[in-house]
Amino acid sequence: MTTAIQNVESYLESFTEFEKSSSGSNLPWLRRLQEDAFARFCQTGFPTTRDEDWRFTNVSAIARTAFSLAEKGKGRVSDSDLKPWRVEDAAAQLVFVDGQFRGDLSALGTLPASVSILSLKEAIAKNPSALEAHLGRHLDIQRDAFSALNTAFIEDGVFVHVARGATLDQPIHLLFVSTTAGSPRMVHPRNLLIFEKETQATVIEEYISLGGGTVFCNSATELIAGDNAHVSHYMIEREDKDAFNISTLRVQLGRSTNVASHSLLLGGGLVRNNVHPVLAGEGAECLINGLFVGNGKQHLDNYMHVEHASPHCASRQFYNGILDGHAHGVFHGRIVVHKDAQKTDAKQTNRNLLLSDDAQIDTKPQLEIYADDVKCTHGATIGQIEENALFYLRSRGIDEVSARRCLLMAFAGECLDRMKPGAARDHSERLIHEHLLTIANQLPAATPSKGKAPRNWEEVG
Amino acid sequence: MSLLEIKNLHVNVAGHEILKGIDLTINAGEVHSIMGPNGSGKSTLAQVLARREAYQVTDGQILFDGKDLLEMKPEVAACEGVFLAFQYPVEIPGIGNTYFLRSALNAIRKYRGLEEMDAMDFLPMFREKLKLLEMDDKLINRSVNEGFSGGEKKRNEILQMAILEPKLAVLDETDSGLDIDALRIVASGVNSLRSKDRAMLVVTHYQRLLNYIVPDFVHVLVDGRIVRSGGPELALELEDKGYGWIEAEAKAPASV
Repeated sequence: MTTAIQNVESYLESFTEFEKSSSGSNLPWLRRLQEDAFARFCQTGFPTTRDEDWRFTNVSAIARTAFSLAEKGKGRVSDSDLKPWRVEDAAAQLVFVDGQFRGDLSALGTLPASVSILSLKEAIAKNPSALEAHLGRHLDIQRDAFSALNTAFIEDGVFVHVARGATLDQPIHLLFVSTTAGSPRMVHPRNLLIFEKETQATVIEEYISLGGGTVFCNSATELIAGDNAHVSHYMIEREDKDAFNISTLRVQLGRSTNVASHSLLLGGGLVRNNVHPVLAGEGAECLINGLFVGNGKQHLDNYMHVEHASPHCASRQFYNGILDGHAHGVFHGRIVVHKDAQKTDAKQTNRNLLLSDDAQIDTKPQLEIYADDVKCTHGATIGQIEENALFYLRSRGIDEVSARRCLLMAFAGECLDRMKPGAARDHSERLIHEHLLTIANQLPAATPSKGKAPRNWEEVG
Repeated sequence: MSLLEIKNLHVNVAGHEILKGIDLTINAGEVHSIMGPNGSGKSTLAQVLARREAYQVTDGQILFDGKDLLEMKPEVAACEGVFLAFQYPVEIPGIGNTYFLRSALNAIRKYRGLEEMDAMDFLPMFREKLKLLEMDDKLINRSVNEGFSGGEKKRNEILQMAILEPKLAVLDETDSGLDIDALRIVASGVNSLRSKDRAMLVVTHYQRLLNYIVPDFVHVLVDGRIVRSGGPELALELEDKGYGWIEAEAKAPASV
């Protein structure tokens, strides 16, 4: 594995420079966290397909590329560039360009005193003690090399703190923008979202590209939900088709919390979406809902790791996939029920539509149950657009493209139905609508593809 | 000019010839019935008229309102005024009945150069037609045919026909699976749509439906050919004697 060794050396260079530069932290606890994480990354290197967690996703295209950290202030983005990407009615909009917070492009609105939203960099500089109890305490850097790498390079991202009892009606929108990359570039956004007891809020993390190039975005979010908190988190991936996007959401659920994680993977080239909730408090409920839509040679991998650590908790996983062209989707649903987590009720469903002969889905449930009084179910389906339904709609006068879009929308609508009504859901609905219209227009793929398949991710890079 | 002219129609399904030379002319205002034993090709004819692409026309011609129907996609045929009431209506979870029907109506209106109808105008009309078919208002909010009983599905087909107002309605075994009450409701719905501008082709295995929807002409289809045509009395004769004699008769000339 010479490639692995080479690339760790290139990261070593980046890390040494990162530590020397102003970006490196002077806080001993943070410095130790980063050094430990980097050491762990050097030990393990990038995962291979021999690793069970990465069986269906080959990241050698990432491992082989020498990425360097984005230079500061290089990315040129204006307010008007971002206009089409804004979410209407957001409580706050934070924009990050190539990993750096941009106050000039952000709008923090007028937030109640009980809510503080600022860049992680600013939070580290001004009030590090508010972070220390949580930052890096939840994410598993031992098991996951990408989380270790992200932790090593903690610099910027968002810090949200919602004080006990506070309610935010409108979503917080975090927009991560990649600009044109001349040479391969990496960013490691890091977010810490703390919702104290009895709070209610919605956060949208959205990743987009303004200009192409080889970009590796490796984000990690730690979300802590205090007792009785109701939180919705949206991860929306809309980057260019040549982007690498690895994202990890680690959720810590307190007693009687209700957290919903919604993922929409519409863009990106090689995408890995890790969702790792730990139901730590009794009676916690977690919804893990997702839609992934791929075409071309997109690779969209969803890795769910749902940990039941307390009794009387319920988790619901619903992922729908629509794959066209040579797209490859993965759904890996791991449920771990700890010894004391009696009366666990865990459910998992993955439904897939394959629109072409060359599209592929790997779906895998993985249940590890150490308690003896639990209810765990899982199911997966793979199908095509029903010709009967298509003909039925067309026989009533609806043209083929609209009929296909209708049927795709009906399939995707299951995911929308699980989102709470509001601005975040409206935003998601609009994006899905637009995206499925393009997919429906590219059909009918009834004509079988001819010639050689385009390169896949294993051969790129 | 006749509304529908079928000339020497030959159709293959999955490599087998199902229709072996059909000639049939239907004028506006007429109700024709096609009867025949199982496997005679009745449903194939209905599907071809609705332009199902899996059915391969190997010879012949169909003119609809003077235009070549075989050149039309299913949606174009529908916009031109062909409507098929399905033998097995399809359940489509996730698409609301109202949204579906309004989309269909507007697609057809747009094709005909009419203004699209907004929800405010559509809903009262929809409710009115629901009453005609004695259907529950709650169907407005349900997904297309999802969880409907067999009778509800068939009524829903006629409801769609009432809203889309086709020139030619093809009813494919609309009576099968209906109890007598549902049959009466469906038939009265169909009868209310009879008009001098609209033709109907009622495909059925049993004569029962024809007690309620009295046709002007009855054709008997056996082994892919129309072997006999007549008035409504032919249906009664078939009910009496069954299909055996007519099948035997159809085969007879070949064996001589």
